[in-house]
Amino acid sequence: MQLKTPTSPHIHADTSVTAVMSRVLLALVPAIIGYVYFFGWGLPIQIAIAITAGLGFEAAMLRLRQRPIKPFLQDGSVIVTAVLLAFCIPPLCPWWIIVIGMFFAVVVAKQLYGGLGYNPFNPAMVGYVVLLISFPKEMTSWVPPEILNNLEVRFTDTLAIVFLGDFPYKLSLDALTMATPLDTVKTELSLSKTVGEIKSGNAIFGDFGGIGWEWIGNWLFLGGVWLIYKKVISWHIPLAMLGSLFAIAMIFYLKDASNYASPMFHIFSGAAMLGAFFIATDPVSACTTPMGKVVFGAGVGVLTYIIRVWGGYPDGVAFAVLLMNMAAPTIDYYTRPRVYGHPRG
Amino acid sequence: MIRKLFDFHGGVNLRQHKKETTQHPVQTAALPKRLILPLHQHIGHPAEPVVAVGDKVFKSQLIARPVSDISAAVHASSSGKVVDICEHDIPHPSGLKAPCIIIETDGFDRSRRESVRTHNLNDLSPAQIRNIIHQAGIVGLGGAGFPATIKLNPGDKKVETLIINGAECEPYITCDEMLIREQAVEIIEGVLIMRQALQASRCVIAIENRKFKTLDIMNKMVARSGYDFIEVVAVPTVYPAGGEKQLIQVITGQEVPSQGLPIDIGVVCQNIATAYAACRAVEHGEPLISRYVTIAGSVVKPRNLEVRIGTPISDLIEQCGGNRQTLSKLIIGGPMMGFALHNDDVPVVKTTNCILVNSVIADVPLPSRSVSAMPCIRCGACADACPMNLLPQQLYWYAKAKDFDKVQEYDLFDCIECGCCDYVCPSHIPLVQYYRFAKTEIWNQEREKQFADYSRQRHEFHNYRLEREKQEREARHKQKRAEVTGQKDGDSKQAAIQAALERVRQKREQSAVKPKNTDNLTTEQQQLIAEVEARRAKKTTIKNKH
Repeated sequence: MQLKTPTSPHIHADTSVTAVMSRVLLALVPAIIGYVYFFGWGLPIQIAIAITAGLGFEAAMLRLRQRPIKPFLQDGSVIVTAVLLAFCIPPLCPWWIIVIGMFFAVVVAKQLYGGLGYNPFNPAMVGYVVLLISFPKEMTSWVPPEILNNLEVRFTDTLAIVFLGDFPYKLSLDALTMATPLDTVKTELSLSKTVGEIKSGNAIFGDFGGIGWEWIGNWLFLGGVWLIYKKVISWHIPLAMLGSLFAIAMIFYLKDASNYASPMFHIFSGAAMLGAFFIATDPVSACTTPMGKVVFGAGVGVLTYIIRVWGGYPDGVAFAVLLMNMAAPTIDYYTRPRVYGHPRG
Repeated sequence: MIRKLFDFHGGVNLRQHKKETTQHPVQTAALPKRLILPLHQHIGHPAEPVVAVGDKVFKSQLIARPVSDISAAVHASSSGKVVDICEHDIPHPSGLKAPCIIIETDGFDRSRRESVRTHNLNDLSPAQIRNIIHQAGIVGLGGAGFPATIKLNPGDKKVETLIINGAECEPYITCDEMLIREQAVEIIEGVLIMRQALQASRCVIAIENRKFKTLDIMNKMVARSGYDFIEVVAVPTVYPAGGEKQLIQVITGQEVPSQGLPIDIGVVCQNIATAYAACRAVEHGEPLISRYVTIAGSVVKPRNLEVRIGTPISDLIEQCGGNRQTLSKLIIGGPMMGFALHNDDVPVVKTTNCILVNSVIADVPLPSRSVSAMPCIRCGACADACPMNLLPQQLYWYAKAKDFDKVQEYDLFDCIECGCCDYVCPSHIPLVQYYRFAKTEIWNQEREKQFADYSRQRHEFHNYRLEREKQEREARHKQKRAEVTGQKDGDSKQAAIQAALERVRQKREQSAVKPKNTDNLTTEQQQLIAEVEARRAKKTTIKNKH
């Protein structure tokens, strides 16, 4: 009689890559709903385009690389990349923008490096940065919530804008869009206005960040905390990133409140919240040791602030994440935890 | 006294599955027709048979004696006849056969009366206790099976804490739990024996905090015994809290040094069943011939049985209502660290604590390893779960890349193969397999290196020897030459030749006629002389020619 002889352990936790990715997606749902509430149907449409394109690119690349297609399409990683990229681009962008973004995210940043688990850079951020550098006009055409509210842009209208470029009420994109809060602060500071003047002179600012944006930030925060609770991500990177961003912003804010925005503004603006919980925590491209995660997160936070305040772009999360991705292996190497039974220090 | 407990890093919460096998009191397993007693049931040297085929043996009779201190005696677990001493399947992950003594039981289960010798603990010295335990063939019953006496011999080191491990953190296994419930008094006796052997200051009996009934019994018994140096501690129910290193950390807050032993920090850890066996040996004169075994999984009556060492596992499965025909998988030990058997015709040995039949495991989601694992997504769940605080993911990369230097730099050999990392991995990568592979490869390389070193040393010695012999030969020859020409050595001979030549020269000088008054000659005279000389020379040459 021959029995089966697998090696230990003989049991396994009920988990899988798909389960991990599904939880990340689930954690994004509240923010997506909030987004739709404030900015209309653009985001779901962009997500749908991104997922379709992403799965197509992934399947094609897996086929070219002669890898099994089904398990890798099922793992959900492309969908997470697609949703994150869609979050980063203006919701009324023409459809081909996000398709190009997904091409760079999936084909260049992920599959050419060896697919799931082998990409040194965060795919969504690579896609985003390529778009930001290549299509600055489209990528900065943000429509503020109150304009959309006044216009009643319906689902079909949004579809028409994204796919055909047809704007309702015979408007043009330029008429609809406005600078984002971060952009406004940056531009107007350079015109030597004070932060106080800028905020009081613009309707886009809410209590901390931009109207609408701060609420989405709250929902992202909740989703992120749920992910920490579910142990999908650890607290290290989000806390270190938001903490360092807050701290450095606080230093300059206390020094000169009229020329530097408040720490809360920085945390609730742009991609800070999304970055802290959903982008910088991408396990593949981030650090893995506990101490390494803290260093990584803090690095992202500080670089984000530096780029926002002194760099050429209004937001710096994407660049900061990519820069820290480069440093991740080295940081991991120098932050190995002490193994049981080995001398301290 | 409420003891302050400490945390260990990582660990996983597992479904316990312990209710099924703790419902019924422990019964004695039926006497099998055949007992298969391997000579090597422990770590160390195999025992040496002291019986021959055809011998009648009594129960508890010594049938194989230990050959060294790191060896353990084997005793007949029932009376009968030795029918064979041969290679037989044993419970080992390799599936290889090993020498066993096969006894056909006679059904009487008789022991020789006079062989029973009991002792009074107070009269015994630590060395005497160790001797009794050594003679009784007791090994660590928690799993590894190291001869118990070795850990009971602290040498000149001071033992602060004796930890009795009753944590039993793997799912399904309940044999120690049932032993505590049924034999608490004898366990306490065993603890006293071990304490005496070690001269330990304090004893801690560790039991998982979810085993309420068992804890309650042990607490009561210890309180009743009145020994204030024995303390029952409820340790957290987290796998692997019952691992030696983790248990020591939980109880003392100290870590066993890497590549060191618990005794280095004044701790000795013994399994609770070992304590019971020590009590049976010292107080009742019984060698280790039976133990509690959990039989769980897809059997009709999952439970614990007191099983004679050597009982075929197939007998036990039948007794618990398992079906041999549908048997597809048998695991010895728990689902986290146990190993699968190649067939069911193997005996229970001293270290067999649990037999998991088939589908144990049907109720726990098990990845089918036939489906290829997904790539590592570096999520770090493995590192969070690792009780040794290793970086399993890095170890995996380097093991996969066969970078055996790096894998050791990341402390592969501190890995206890508990399986936590493997259990939590969302990509279902068989991590522990990679570590075992790397360890085995490194051991092989070490062996090869040792062999190569040995070969090189031999080669170098060979060369040295040849060189030395050559030199010796030359020295010998030189000496011989010197002996032969000993009276007139080289120099004197030369001198003699010189002297002889000198004499000849002097003689010639004396005999030669020198021309006189030839100093102040005119040129005509000189010319004449030259003509004379020339003519003479001519004459001489002509003379010489003829």
